[in-house]
Amino acid sequence: MTEMLKITNLHAEAGGRKILKGVNLTVEEGETCILFGPNGSGKSTLLSTIMGYSTCEVTEGSILFKGKEITGLSVDERARMGIGMMMQRPPNIFGVKLGDLVKAASTNPDVVGRAEEFKMSGFLDRDINVGFSGGEIKRSELLQLTAQKPEFILLDEPESGVDLESIDLIGQKVRDLLYDETGSVSRQRHVSSLVITHTGQILDYIGADRGYVMKEGRIEYSGRPYDLLKHIRQNGYGECEECRARTT
Amino acid sequence: MPSKDDVRQALDKKGVYGKDIDLERYDEGDKDATEITDLESSEYKRYMENVGVVADEMARSGTLMFINNAMSHCSPKVQEGLEVMSVSQALKVHQGLKEFMWNAMDPSKDKYTAKTYLEDGDGFFVRVKAGYHIKSPMQSCMLLDQNRSIQNIHNIIIVEDGASLEMITGCTTTHHANDSLHVGVTEMYLGDDANLSYSMIHSWGDKTSVRPRTKSVLGKRSNYINNYVILNPVGDLQSFPVSDLSEGASTTYNTMCIAHAGSDIDTGGMVNLNGVGSRAEIMSRSISMGGKMCARGRLVGNSPGAKAHLECRSIILKDGGSTLAIPELEAHVADVEMTHEAAVGKIARDQIEYLMSRGLDEDQAVSMIVRGFLSGSINGLPEALQKELDAAIEQANLGD
Repeated sequence: MTEMLKITNLHAEAGGRKILKGVNLTVEEGETCILFGPNGSGKSTLLSTIMGYSTCEVTEGSILFKGKEITGLSVDERARMGIGMMMQRPPNIFGVKLGDLVKAASTNPDVVGRAEEFKMSGFLDRDINVGFSGGEIKRSELLQLTAQKPEFILLDEPESGVDLESIDLIGQKVRDLLYDETGSVSRQRHVSSLVITHTGQILDYIGADRGYVMKEGRIEYSGRPYDLLKHIRQNGYGECEECRARTT
Repeated sequence: MPSKDDVRQALDKKGVYGKDIDLERYDEGDKDATEITDLESSEYKRYMENVGVVADEMARSGTLMFINNAMSHCSPKVQEGLEVMSVSQALKVHQGLKEFMWNAMDPSKDKYTAKTYLEDGDGFFVRVKAGYHIKSPMQSCMLLDQNRSIQNIHNIIIVEDGASLEMITGCTTTHHANDSLHVGVTEMYLGDDANLSYSMIHSWGDKTSVRPRTKSVLGKRSNYINNYVILNPVGDLQSFPVSDLSEGASTTYNTMCIAHAGSDIDTGGMVNLNGVGSRAEIMSRSISMGGKMCARGRLVGNSPGAKAHLECRSIILKDGGSTLAIPELEAHVADVEMTHEAAVGKIARDQIEYLMSRGLDEDQAVSMIVRGFLSGSINGLPEALQKELDAAIEQANLGD
């Protein structure tokens, strides 16, 4: 396997505060990695920094994507290289219709016609995210990502703020994105992802290859994602020698 | 009605808003008509189409065209119930029109109305007879083709009881008539239960001065929509249309402007809510690309149950100009509900980057947001105007 993403000693600031303090993390091609961590540990900042949002300023370290240094690249350059992101709280954009963005983002012109699969056909003429519920925002993000078809997907809490009925649809659509829409787990994965989750619910749909636990701006340890989740559920994010011992 | 002497004295009266224009700089525009029978083969076709006036007249109920100060084209056949001609022709046909004219607009309002009155400015006369609903939009074009000249136009629109009309007016200059002055006086009279949608698309030269003077008088329960669009460079433009509303009447003003470097735009509108339960909405969307932009709005609540909202939003895309939003609310009775919002600033960076994260480059992202800001957030734009607006935004190179 080759490295899709390799982050080395990454330091970054957001709003004048040092948030990332030497992150080291690797995602292999076709790998699904889960990022665990308490609130405020820097998980969302890490995803935003990988996407290149200007709210996050890299002060040290490196992000290699498909072997190329991307810390100096703009958001759209990264998107065109194959990085896509599902934001937890995307901005409202008054006047810009969801359907127009889906068309503009689309590498596949049929995706607009598939909006109903995402229960979003009634939203194509609505202003992006304006008045959308939590579940509608997630489905909108997934419709956009399906149009965009990235090779590497950053998912920031895909199940948060979503009712139990909607989570099934969202889980399936995330799986479709990662598994090339065949739904077959036996098929070779093409798409890599880095997923933030607190509840682990999304793992029921997409599985995972590796888990990272982030604390205070650093990756504290990594390991098998289900083991990490089980341990976090039992013991929280406190100091964990057992996990350290399991670090790969 | 003021005396002719009063109007003559008003030739020295500056406009309430906007830079004072020296009328002596300009000659009176040509009053001899250049007849155009076929708009499709006209040399002016591209100028017309640039401001939403379609030469093939498809999906239009009729066309009127003025070049300088004379009518050049008038559709020979229009839908039953619709009457279109020049005001000078209408005066011959309709006894009593002369007494009717200048009722809504005071000719001594300022030097521009005075000049138009004293020059006996011609213009279009459009009338929809009571109870008729005109299916396709009517279109008119006011074209300036003479440098250092004044275009003095005086238009009359009458929509009688229970009738409805949609109208698109495109105003423009040819490239060699850049340094000119357009004065367009438009009086609109709506009967009871009447509907009028009036959309103006302007495209001028970067030295052109523009002083439209528009007044609408609405009967009971009638509805008037005023859309104003200027996206290309202009020298100096000042416009402040006024509506008087009767009982249960409503009006919406939508203004969409781009102030390019060197342009000075002062626009907005005023609504007098004179009737019980009358309603108004003034929406302004403007962008400064280095030009001077002033967005005004004034709502005057004179009657119980009046409800009105005013919204001025401006984006500054380039430094070098200025943006001023002046929302005003005035109430003379207790039972009114009037609100306003104003916002001036740049496009939020997170919005641009959100679109960029979908693969759009920065110019495309800005253009998409600006397009949405100008037109997408205003509901109920006529389909034909939306199409023309999209085309005009496309040409305005917003991503630069």
